[in-house]
Amino acid sequence: MSYGTSQRTSGDAKKARPGRTLFVTLLLTAILGGVALSLGATSINLGLDLRGGTSVTLQPRIQDGDTGQVTPEAINQAVSIIRQRVDSLGVAESEVTAEGTGTNRQIVIAVPGETGRRIVDLVGQTAELRFRQVLVEAGSVPTPNDSELLAGLNLSSDEEARFLALDCTSFDSNAVVDKPDSVLVSCDRNSFSRYLLAPAVVVGRDVRGATAAIDPQSASGWFVSLDFNGDGTKKFGQLTQDVVNLPAPQNQVAIVLDGVVVSAPRINEAILGGQAQITGSFSQLEAQDLANVLKYGSLPLAFDRGEVQQVSPTLGSDQLEAGLLAGGLGLLLVVIYSILYYRALSIVVIGSLALAAAHVLLSLALLTEAVGYTLTLAGIAGTILAIGVTADSFIVYFERIKDELREGKPLRVAVETGWQRARRTIVVADLVGGISAIVLYIVSVGSVRGFAFTLGLTTIIDLIIIFYFTKPLVSLIAKSRYFQVGSKYSGVSSRSVGTLREDESGEVKS
Amino acid sequence: MKFTGLGGRLYRGETSLEIIANRKKWYLLSTVFILLSMFALGFKGVELSIEFKGGSSFTVTTSTGSIDQAKAAVERSGYEGELRAQTIGENKIRIQTGVIEQSLSNDIQDSLAAEFGVTVESIDTQNVGPSWGEEISRKALQGLIAFLVIIMIYLALAFEPKMAIAAIVALIHDVFITVGIYALVGFEVSPSTVIGFLTILGYSLYDTVVVFDKVRENTRAITATGRYTYGQATNLAVNQTIVRSLNTSLIALLPVAAILFVGAGILGAGTLKDLSLALFIGLIAGTYSSIFIAAPVLVQLREREPAIKALNQRVLARGGGSATPSQRIQNRRDKRKKRS
Repeated sequence: MSYGTSQRTSGDAKKARPGRTLFVTLLLTAILGGVALSLGATSINLGLDLRGGTSVTLQPRIQDGDTGQVTPEAINQAVSIIRQRVDSLGVAESEVTAEGTGTNRQIVIAVPGETGRRIVDLVGQTAELRFRQVLVEAGSVPTPNDSELLAGLNLSSDEEARFLALDCTSFDSNAVVDKPDSVLVSCDRNSFSRYLLAPAVVVGRDVRGATAAIDPQSASGWFVSLDFNGDGTKKFGQLTQDVVNLPAPQNQVAIVLDGVVVSAPRINEAILGGQAQITGSFSQLEAQDLANVLKYGSLPLAFDRGEVQQVSPTLGSDQLEAGLLAGGLGLLLVVIYSILYYRALSIVVIGSLALAAAHVLLSLALLTEAVGYTLTLAGIAGTILAIGVTADSFIVYFERIKDELREGKPLRVAVETGWQRARRTIVVADLVGGISAIVLYIVSVGSVRGFAFTLGLTTIIDLIIIFYFTKPLVSLIAKSRYFQVGSKYSGVSSRSVGTLREDESGEVKS
Repeated sequence: MKFTGLGGRLYRGETSLEIIANRKKWYLLSTVFILLSMFALGFKGVELSIEFKGGSSFTVTTSTGSIDQAKAAVERSGYEGELRAQTIGENKIRIQTGVIEQSLSNDIQDSLAAEFGVTVESIDTQNVGPSWGEEISRKALQGLIAFLVIIMIYLALAFEPKMAIAAIVALIHDVFITVGIYALVGFEVSPSTVIGFLTILGYSLYDTVVVFDKVRENTRAITATGRYTYGQATNLAVNQTIVRSLNTSLIALLPVAAILFVGAGILGAGTLKDLSLALFIGLIAGTYSSIFIAAPVLVQLREREPAIKALNQRVLARGGGSATPSQRIQNRRDKRKKRS
């Protein structure tokens, strides 16, 4: 092997059929399009920065004065509490998600439209768990006889009015006034029953722990065992002693999280030992859910507002327009450049970029449909940037072809041997790009994540396109006479390649 | 068309840019830049956005309002402390405050809405807590380290360990230059900047990969043939790929320039501008470093190896390497012709 000449594999033995590969690629693209259409994946979810809305990023932490750790379970519980709060606002397409990994996660709340302030006030509060004696339990809808239920309870007129007005079919948990030392008027989580509950004696911090377990011996199946700390044992003992002999429903103690009744078990006996069992016809899921609620209550998380962003719809549409404009402009510049530099060969560039764009749009639409993908401004920037990545791959390939032509090979051979060598470079370079996208995705927070995502996605698409579209297309046109003779505007003319020496041709002066 | 003609001449080695031989010049140039960067960084530091230092930003769309009006409105709401106001784009005013409570933020919104006769909802607001910046700074740093380690391992496996080191040296060079420019000019650094910046690292490597691929090809059998020193072979590789490098960088710059133009020109500020500005600066630094830093560093590293040392001595003793590569190629072609 001598220096200067290239090491070349003498072409793959298998017969290359560029036409067929091209056909299959286009057919598969069409099928993918058809699948997307039939699934109804015809639109892309736009992020709040593109259509306006409020996003709040909360950082969960242990409350001041408490010790302990933020566990993933606690964060999941917090997410579901916040989701409940946000859902009760009734804004369509609101999202509450946990981002990040392990215990170091953020909770991201995204609500479209103009609800800004309410959301911000709503989601930042700590959710408290409380145990309250049930005073009144009734069906979900108010009835004329409701006032009879309140007789003899010594309620203020305001408290009475609140209970009489309560309708669980149109229940807004955010409107509940949940103060530990006063009466609570609220519904259960499924909006089946209305409750009037006594002031809280036992609170979440009195709980030491809770677990869901199954008793194979008895018919009761899944149950939750509840463990109180020293203080809690005393208070819960007193509470159960007080209510155990009262008539129903006043012998029930409601478990209330964030102002909503999670469960209201009947007290069968005074529980003085600090250990209680809650039984019922629980499914495994229900039992675990209740145990999680109790556990969460023992160490409620506080939230720091990491970032609050309110984007007006005007700015949203401005940003969307700007993103699309930048994309169009970027595409146009790359196309102009490739026409100037590669002449007729730019057909390949334009065709590949168009196909890549189609694949990107299809993928995003499918992802929207499948996993609720949301495109942000940063995401658009990622796709625009990818135009450059895709174009880079062509340049690497085309310049390799020129190298081969300079070695004196005919075009049809140069296209194949050039590919052998460009392929490696392209794969390595795309892998580097892919790795950086993955790292960026993992470490970035919030909307910038979208950038890493689209960058990674388009890198993959770039690889597919160049292997199954660009390369076969180049092989195909290399068969045409126009390119083979190196016509003036073919992009592979001897002038473009530079196989003419200046002293041999007066034309190549300027 | 001179440019493309140049590509051919560079490829054949008729025209040779002495990149490796002049490495001390490039090192000196880069050292000056890096010292300047560190100087700027040490004395001025970078201007951090509110995402990093905490604080609030309010953007009002108004065609008639003035900055003074906005400042007065904010002060009326009871806010005391640092206050920055600027116009953005054609009809927007942005006010930035230090870290404030949510309730004060609401008051400021109300005050601004009343002053400019707009609805509260039309004010674009961003409130960032004081500890948020630490969180994202930490993540960015983690990302940088993870990135460097993974890339280093990957390059060491895909290429040669010394190529990995040279690529990382070039990368760190780019990091310094870009950060230095941010410090010098006083561009604001936001999380988008950081992301753009991390992306650059990928790009910078892309260029380096293209160059090193050719270097490896040219030096594969170098000790066996004994025709060129490692430096000469690398220099030819750089020359052969320089047009390609410039091309790929230029074409990658085009969409970035489009984003920058739209982001800075039309929107005035925000994600697009921050991302693309970092990319723009970093891309240029990356192109420079892959040619003028990565390749020379690689040569220096390899030249310490006994085998390469011996090769270089052998080649130089024979008086080899003085003929231009193109002459050698031509000689070889002539020989081949005679044979056939």
